[in-house]
Amino acid sequence: MGKGIFVVSVPSQGTIRKVAFEILSEARKIADAKAEPLCAVVIGKGVAALADKFAPYGADKVYVVENDLLENYTADGYTKALADLITKEEPSIVLGGATGLGKDLMPKVAARIGAAMAADCTAIGVDGDAFTVTRYMYSGKMIADVKFQNAAVAIATVRPNVLIAAAPDASKTAEIVNVAAEVSADDIRVKVLEVVKGDAGKVDLTEAEIIVSGGRGMKDAGGYSILEDLAKVLGATVGASRAAVDAGWRPVADQVGQTGKVVSPNLYIACGISGAIQHYAGMGTSKVIVAINKDEEAPILSKCDYAVVDDLFKIIPPLTEEIKKLMAD
Amino acid sequence: MNSIVCLKQVPDTEAQIIATPDGLDVKLDGVKFIISPYDEYGIEEALLQKEKAGGGEVTLVSMGPARAVESIRTGLAMGADKAVHLDDEAFNGSDAQAAAKALAAQIKGMEYDIIYCGRQAIDDDQSQVGPALAELLNLTHTSLVTKLEVAADKKTVKVHRQIVGGEEIMELPLPCVLTCQKGLNEPRYASLPGIMKAKKKPLQPVKATDIGVDAGTVGVAGSGTKVVKFTAPPTRTAAKIIEGESPEEKAANLAKALREEAKAI
Repeated sequence: MGKGIFVVSVPSQGTIRKVAFEILSEARKIADAKAEPLCAVVIGKGVAALADKFAPYGADKVYVVENDLLENYTADGYTKALADLITKEEPSIVLGGATGLGKDLMPKVAARIGAAMAADCTAIGVDGDAFTVTRYMYSGKMIADVKFQNAAVAIATVRPNVLIAAAPDASKTAEIVNVAAEVSADDIRVKVLEVVKGDAGKVDLTEAEIIVSGGRGMKDAGGYSILEDLAKVLGATVGASRAAVDAGWRPVADQVGQTGKVVSPNLYIACGISGAIQHYAGMGTSKVIVAINKDEEAPILSKCDYAVVDDLFKIIPPLTEEIKKLMAD
Repeated sequence: MNSIVCLKQVPDTEAQIIATPDGLDVKLDGVKFIISPYDEYGIEEALLQKEKAGGGEVTLVSMGPARAVESIRTGLAMGADKAVHLDDEAFNGSDAQAAAKALAAQIKGMEYDIIYCGRQAIDDDQSQVGPALAELLNLTHTSLVTKLEVAADKKTVKVHRQIVGGEEIMELPLPCVLTCQKGLNEPRYASLPGIMKAKKKPLQPVKATDIGVDAGTVGVAGSGTKVVKFTAPPTRTAAKIIEGESPEEKAANLAKALREEAKAI
């Protein structure tokens, strides 16, 4: 019998990624079903100050795993810290966000401890004694129900923005366990030379609530200014299709789709995007999809919730004004 | 510079994928197969680094059924020197961690400076093999690499990688594992002479027993996860077309629908 449901969080610049709260809220149900404690694991340097942020989302216990060598994320250092904790505490499942960092860290941890692992899951549950997850395969073209078997520890990363974070209950408290990670300089074989921050205020596409995305129909890099204006009014993040990125109008980091980022915001507004199967793979799980396209044959128009068949350059500026008015009400 | 590139054959990005009637598998008959696009960045980078260093060998390592030979030959036609094909029923049904075990067993005795993997294969979409392979070979790794520069002494590599809201520059000792992200390079196409030459390049088939892998540790038996059901994702019902006499009216109607009906803003 495992000794807990672990939810791992690696804060970025003193902020906990919200996917940790989404997972905790859902994992609470699993912990209850399995009668095991729900434990948050927060790893880093100087993260103790964040220890009380997890109880409101259902954590019974919080492991604060610290070491000065964990100041910058390295797969080497963090694998040591997390694998040691798992080996000692023997949880039955370890969950974390399927962020860039989670995808870098968790498969290495799984290989070190011989755990079973499934990545980028959109649901987690239990079936009898076994843990189950649901995940997309074939770039969003297929949904797979997956069962864990043959391993003492299961590891799953969960796609951000899919599970729903519960309303935090500030009255809840958790037992705090401080862990001094035994990481030495020799464990860390890589050197982080420089971290170059992009637009600091920009919410990452994978965590954005609203995305305004532009494709070939934007005509050139300058065309995105109207999307930036709309995004500002909505508090949205701007994304792009592969065509726009390949044309050099937007950076690779903005690309949504099979060879870019997989996103599932509440609202995805696709502007001048035809909606090829590869693009749809990256945004098909968005809750509400709006397509603005003058080509009435564009595939996206039959795979969205709201379609505007018109010239996006004539629609978006008044749309921005209308939304500004609605927001002011 | 000796490099190893892990290559996986996957269905084409355009392919329609449907489940078998019992939902236990997917139908792949008639589907066109390609090299997983992120692995192509790995092949290209290995070739570029070999050209830069003025020598060395690029070896492809691929696990997959007999049909994978076609994609392996394509990789050789791009310019890789030789290939190893892990082709054994024992490997069938391996999940990502089991696949990493088989690849590690093969690569263990080989000579290399860098192992390139795609950031993920576009069929399973796990993004696990690169980091897991590194761990099993006791190497360090990093993922989502968009630029790399091998030091003159060939002891380290400086890489740029994508992180949330920016970029990270790091230095890794060689040998190491790197997973490749779009932006790293522009993979070349196989030329006609390349295709001709590829036919004669060494392509070694390997069975589990050849690399000391116990059949129980790979394949379905050695996998900690198992797909129990495939289903097609729900399709959206017909879109609501926003009407209006003018673009301004359509814009106003859309804003209203998003606010009042979809409650999305």
